[in-house]
Amino acid sequence: MASVIDLAYGQKGIIKDFSEHVLPIKLLELGCLPGNSVELVQIAPLNDPIYINLNGSHIAIRRSLAQLIELDIVEETQAP
Amino acid sequence: MSKSINVALIGNPNTGKTSIFNQLTGLKQKVGNYPGITVEKKEGICKLPRGVKAHILDLPGTYSLNTTSLDESLVVELLLNKNDKDFPDVAVVITDVENLKRNLFLFTQIKDLKIPAILVINMADRMSRKGISLDIEAMEKQLDTKIALVSTRKGEGIDRIKELIADYRSLSTAPNLDASRISPDYFKNLQKAFPNEDPYKLWLVITQDVNFMPIEKKQIQDATSFFTKSKEELKKLQHRETVLRYQFINDTLKSTYKVDQLAAKGLRASIDKILTHKVFGYLIFFAILLLIFQTIFEWSSYPMDFIDEQFAAASEWIKNTLPAGLFTDLLAEGILAGIGGVVIFIPQIAFLFLFISLLEESGYMSRVVFLMDRLMRPFGLSGKSVVPLISGNACAIPAIMATRTIENWKERLITILVTPFTTCSARLPVYLILIALVIPEGSVLGLSYQALTLMLLYLLGFGMALFSAMVLDKILKIKSRSLFMVEMPTYRMPLIKNVGYTVLEKTKSFVFGAGKIILALSIVLWFLGSNGYSDDFQNAEEIVSERITNEGLSTYSNNYIQTNIDSYLEEVKSEGLAPSAVQDSVQTLTAELTESAKAQEIASYKLEHSYIGQAGKAFEPIVKPLGYDWKIGIAVLTSFAAREVFVGTLATIYSVGSDEEETIQNRMAAELDDDGKPLFNLATGVSLMLFYALAMQCMSTLAIVKRETNSWKWPMIQLGFMSVLAYVVALAAYQILA
Repeated sequence: MASVIDLAYGQKGIIKDFSEHVLPIKLLELGCLPGNSVELVQIAPLNDPIYINLNGSHIAIRRSLAQLIELDIVEETQAP
Repeated sequence: MSKSINVALIGNPNTGKTSIFNQLTGLKQKVGNYPGITVEKKEGICKLPRGVKAHILDLPGTYSLNTTSLDESLVVELLLNKNDKDFPDVAVVITDVENLKRNLFLFTQIKDLKIPAILVINMADRMSRKGISLDIEAMEKQLDTKIALVSTRKGEGIDRIKELIADYRSLSTAPNLDASRISPDYFKNLQKAFPNEDPYKLWLVITQDVNFMPIEKKQIQDATSFFTKSKEELKKLQHRETVLRYQFINDTLKSTYKVDQLAAKGLRASIDKILTHKVFGYLIFFAILLLIFQTIFEWSSYPMDFIDEQFAAASEWIKNTLPAGLFTDLLAEGILAGIGGVVIFIPQIAFLFLFISLLEESGYMSRVVFLMDRLMRPFGLSGKSVVPLISGNACAIPAIMATRTIENWKERLITILVTPFTTCSARLPVYLILIALVIPEGSVLGLSYQALTLMLLYLLGFGMALFSAMVLDKILKIKSRSLFMVEMPTYRMPLIKNVGYTVLEKTKSFVFGAGKIILALSIVLWFLGSNGYSDDFQNAEEIVSERITNEGLSTYSNNYIQTNIDSYLEEVKSEGLAPSAVQDSVQTLTAELTESAKAQEIASYKLEHSYIGQAGKAFEPIVKPLGYDWKIGIAVLTSFAAREVFVGTLATIYSVGSDEEETIQNRMAAELDDDGKPLFNLATGVSLMLFYALAMQCMSTLAIVKRETNSWKWPMIQLGFMSVLAYVVALAAYQILA
């Protein structure tokens, strides 16, 4: 199962359905809801925390939390 | 006259709420604290059209009414309590046009509380660059409100806000979201149990850790026990509420908010690539810190020298102009010396607050949090601890208040406990004067030794904070859940006006807050220094005169006279006159100098036998091993109230003991120890600097820690630990260097 930590720089993913208890409400309110997109912007040195663009909100979260956000990675269609 | 309109400014962090507050109120604002807690309360008055006045309250930034910090609870409690004197007649919800979707989340919640709400869409000047277009009219209809499109940067739209506030009675108070949609059964039961209360308010009281005046939380819990939900179920409902709100917002924005993706490429991504880079990010951060310290040291020396000289001149003037007497002495030696000790540090403190506010306003501070989080974690801290630790360089009090954004209690407690190690601006006066005295001038690689010493002291403070944090992390056994989340706002050119207000406000509160203590202590010290009970004090003149007649002047006085004569002769020689030709004037000069040296010796004998001299002598054995004499001992003791008092105390003690007015620094440089060598040598200077770096010399900080941790236990532990550490380290440093 892919999660936010599997994204490459600039890559996007669409958040999958998740069970309610895992993620803090605060994160949901910032737009972490099924169907919304997540883009990886930066990873801090030592691989933590992770800086994402969550549905237009630019936030940084820790790796441990990022791991819980499951998603389908959007494969970039490369122009020939 | 009609009553003024109560207005609350509410909004997510980083939406420019403060700018709007500043533009609405101008300088007619007041910063205080909410009663009993240390959240900063900003309020001001705004003149509206048609002679109406509005009382504007700037509430702490909050993402939603779902609270995770004290600041946020405060917002919810105020909005729920109709009886509060600050309860708003109208809420002004401030949003950022770029983050409208997320910002509207809070707006819909406020709207559902049935408080008249005005929507302010700020940062309108960025719309064209971001390719954003809005249909304001349609949006007003969908959200059932009035909208003001504002650009604080260009000063546009402020009048529209004022008009809407004045006209608040025409605003609709219908909710955006029918709360019962969250769970029809649950809300029906709720309404049945409390038919007179609003269901959404009840819902907030149940899910949030806040009190609701008309009904106590417990009452609700009792009454609803037959349909109480478990925590998990409540969370599921909150989840549903979130989804419903976003559905509503998405529907609204679909037809009213357009972004042209092609035009929307921002600078943020490219700047972030550099500023949060694994190598360059740190280099830039370090370079910025270095620049700040170099500036504080170099730039502020000019205004400081100027102030120093002005005060010396003023004191001199008073002594010469006013009739000699007790009042003149009090004014010149007590009050003026004390005030001078405060005023002189205004330039530095202003510079420091200037930099800190620039870093915050520009959005860079969040990047620092991001860069530092992983590095801080081994010490039991979080990236968010960096902000308090950096603000601690200005003052520990706001810094400790800033720890409120740290969600994890253990991380927060550790941050509170170690923040006082960072070099606050009150230590600066002490450091600066000591560095100027004991560290030689000269430079390496363009950085002066003095600036480098200051940098080292800052690093020491920061290092000690980290080290103690690590120890505390091992010792403290506190379990707490961690949720680390930082918003990375768009980079913005800081608004000069906002920065200016911050610098003005903080400097003012430093001067008046610390100034009061310093002034009071100066007067007390002056009194204690110029009065004494012993015979030695009363008969100082005879005793010293007799000693001089029998034994001659002290070595110091003889040297002083000799040096002056020598330089006079040198001067004469350069004018081409033979020494013999000025025999008479040399004689006169010698007589004058002898007289002044005698007066000086009497004065210092008097001081030594005054009340304060006696007290200092009694205290001396404790500080002697650290290389301090009784005068420094007194200064250390009085500066327990606040560190900067150290310099003021020395200034008062020395000017009491001195016949001529000189700058504090020159006076300290002239101070000799028992062997006739300068008292402020490298060993004493370093020992003192280390003592001040490590000791908890600040009553206000202790008081804040007590309030924030809600017990005397933590401040007392802090005080004991830091004092012992400071004493031991200063002792070791002096013994090794001496």
